Amino acid sequence: MSKKSKYNIKNSLDRKFRLGEFLIENFIKSISFLSFAVIILIFIFVFRETLPIFSPKELKPVKQEEVEMETYGDETTPTESDLSIQKRNDQAAVNGSTENQKEFKLADLAGKDWQPVSSEPKYGLLSLFIGTLKVTLLAVLFAAPIAISAALYTAVFAPRKTKEFIKPFIELLAGFPSVVIGFFALVTLATFLQDILGYQYRLNAFVGGIALSLAVIPIIYTVAEDAISSVPKIYTEASLALGANKWQTAIFVVLPAAIPGIFASLILGVGRAFGETMIVLMATGNAPLVSLGIFDPVRTLSATIGAEMAEVVFGDTHYNVLFFIGSLLFVITFVLNAIAEFYVRNKLLKRFKGEAN
Amino acid sequence: MKNKVIGNIILLVTGLSTLLIIAVIVYLISEVVIGGHHYITWDFLTKAPSDGMTGGGIFPAIIGTFSMVMIMSLMGVPIGTITAIYLHEYASKKQSFFTKMIRFAVNTLAGVPAIVFGLFGLGFFIQFIGSGVDKTLYGGQLHWGQPNLLWASLTMAFLTIPVVIISVEEALKNVPDDLRAGSLALGATKWQTIRKVVLPQSLSGIMTGTVLAISRGAGEVAPILFTGAAYFLPKLPHSLTDQFMNLGYHVYIMSTQSTDVEATKGIQYATVLVLLAITFSLNMIAVVIRYRHRMKLNK
Repeated sequence: MSKKSKYNIKNSLDRKFRLGEFLIENFIKSISFLSFAVIILIFIFVFRETLPIFSPKELKPVKQEEVEMETYGDETTPTESDLSIQKRNDQAAVNGSTENQKEFKLADLAGKDWQPVSSEPKYGLLSLFIGTLKVTLLAVLFAAPIAISAALYTAVFAPRKTKEFIKPFIELLAGFPSVVIGFFALVTLATFLQDILGYQYRLNAFVGGIALSLAVIPIIYTVAEDAISSVPKIYTEASLALGANKWQTAIFVVLPAAIPGIFASLILGVGRAFGETMIVLMATGNAPLVSLGIFDPVRTLSATIGAEMAEVVFGDTHYNVLFFIGSLLFVITFVLNAIAEFYVRNKLLKRFKGEAN
Repeated sequence: MKNKVIGNIILLVTGLSTLLIIAVIVYLISEVVIGGHHYITWDFLTKAPSDGMTGGGIFPAIIGTFSMVMIMSLMGVPIGTITAIYLHEYASKKQSFFTKMIRFAVNTLAGVPAIVFGLFGLGFFIQFIGSGVDKTLYGGQLHWGQPNLLWASLTMAFLTIPVVIISVEEALKNVPDDLRAGSLALGATKWQTIRKVVLPQSLSGIMTGTVLAISRGAGEVAPILFTGAAYFLPKLPHSLTDQFMNLGYHVYIMSTQSTDVEATKGIQYATVLVLLAITFSLNMIAVVIRYRHRMKLNK
C-alpha cells in the first residue's frame, strides 16, 4: 500500500504511529489473552494436583490435625464422611503404624470398587465410568429423538408466529439451573416413574438419565434447529419444483443436508451430559455399583467429585484421585467439543460450498 | 393417498415432540409454584433460617448469592467485553494465529464442565494463589488459602465469560460498518471510534451479556460446592475472606442431606421458586433489552 521512496522519507500514506492507540490495542490484546491463559491454567493446575498418584508411594494415614485444619466445605454438621474419616483414624491408631497401608498403584484405578473412605481404601474407577456411561447414554437416547423432531417441526413445519413463540420458550428450559432440574427429579419424577414402572430403587440411573435429558434437550434442539434452518433454500425449492411434497422434502432433502450440524448437536449434548454434576448428584442414588441394569443406582464421575471433594483431606491420595477424575472429565469434554467444532466447520462448509454452486 | 397419511403422521410426531417439551417445562414451573408459593412471605425473604432449617427464611442465601454475583460480574463483564471488542474490532479477517488461539480458548471455555471449574478454583485460586499469599503475607497462617467469597466469585467469573463474549460480539456485529467507516473518515482513531461510536451503540448487547451471565452465575452450584459455599453461617459475609450461603447450594443440601428432609419440604420448594424467579426475570430482562434494541434499529 505504501510506496517505497528511494530517499527514505516517510511516505504520507504510511500509518502514523500513535502511542495511545498502540498502548490501548495491546492492553486489549492482553486482556483477551486471559481466556487462553485460563485454559492453560486449568490444564496445569488441575493436572498438578493429580501428580502424586503417579509416583509410587504408600497411602498416607490420615492424621487427626490434618482433618481438623484442612477439610473444606461446611464444618458445622458432621457428615458421614467425617465420621468415617474418624473411624479410619481410630482404626489406624489401633492397627499401629503405616506398615499395614497398601501401596497405591496406578492400576488400582482400574479396579471395580470405589471405596475411598475405608480402612483399606479402594480407588477403582470402573463403577464410576459405567455409571457415567449409563446415565449419559440414557439421557442422549431419550433427548435426541425428541429434540431433533421438535427442531424439525420448528424449522420446517411450524407457521412463523408459532415458531417465534416456541423457540424462545424451549430456550427457556436452557436457562433452568441444573439444581432445579435435579430437585424436580428427586422430588417428583422419581416417585412418578417408580409408580408407573414399579422398580425397586427409587433413585437410579433411569431417573437420572431422564432428568439429565431435560438439560440436554435444549442444547440439541437449539443447535439442530439452527442447522436445519441453515440449509440453503435452494435445496428445498429444487426439491419442491421436482414434485416432492413438503414432508418428503423435509425428510429426504433438508434433514440429510443438516446432518453435520445435527451430529454436532449430539456431540455437544453428550458433552454436556458427561460433565453435568448437580442433576446426577440429586437423582441417581449415588451408589458406585458395577452393573448393567438401568434401574440400579449409580455414581457418576462428576458426582463423585462434587460429593466427596468437600470432605476430603488436602494432600491425601483420595484428594489426588478426585483431581484425576476431574482431569479425565476435562480431557473428554475437550475432545468432544473439538470434534464437534472440527466436524461442523469442515464437513458443513465443504458441503455447502461445493454443492451449492 | 399414502403420501398424505405419512405426511400427517410426520407432522403429528414432530409436533407432539415439541408439545412434549413445552408441557414438561410448564409442568415443572407449575410444580414449583404450587409447592412453594405459600411460603413466600416477606419474613421468608428477609429472615435467617431457624429451628435447624425447618423454619425462618433464606435471607442469608439471597445475600450470599447476590454478593457473589456482583463480584463475579465486576470481574467477568469487563474481561468478556474487552475480549469481544478484540475479537470483533481488532482481529483481522485473515485470522492471525493469535486470534485463532483466542477463539479456540473461548470455545473451549464454554464447554468445560462446571465442576472442573470448581476444581480449577480449588487448585489454582485456593491452593496456589491463596496459599502463596498466605506464605508471603501471613507467614503460613491459613487466611486466604481456603474457600471464600473471593475465590468462588472469580471461579464463576471465568465460567460466565463466554456468555458475555457471545452477547457482546453479537451486539458489535449489529453496529453497521458504515458508522465505523464514517468515523474513521472524519479522522478519528480506531480506539476513538470504538469508544465514542461503536460502544454506545452496543451498550444493549453488553447489558444483555451481563444479565445472562448473572442469571447463569446465580444458578450454577457445582463450581462453588467446594470453593466457598456453606450451608449454615451465623453471620452474613462481610469480607472477601468469608464463606457465603447460596440459594442453589441451599436447595441441594436441604433436599439431600439435611437432618429432616420432610419437614423442610415447603422451604425447599420456596427456595427453588425464588431461584427460578430470579433466573427467569433476568432472562426476561435480557430478552426485552434485545427486543427493544432490535426495534430501535429497525426504525
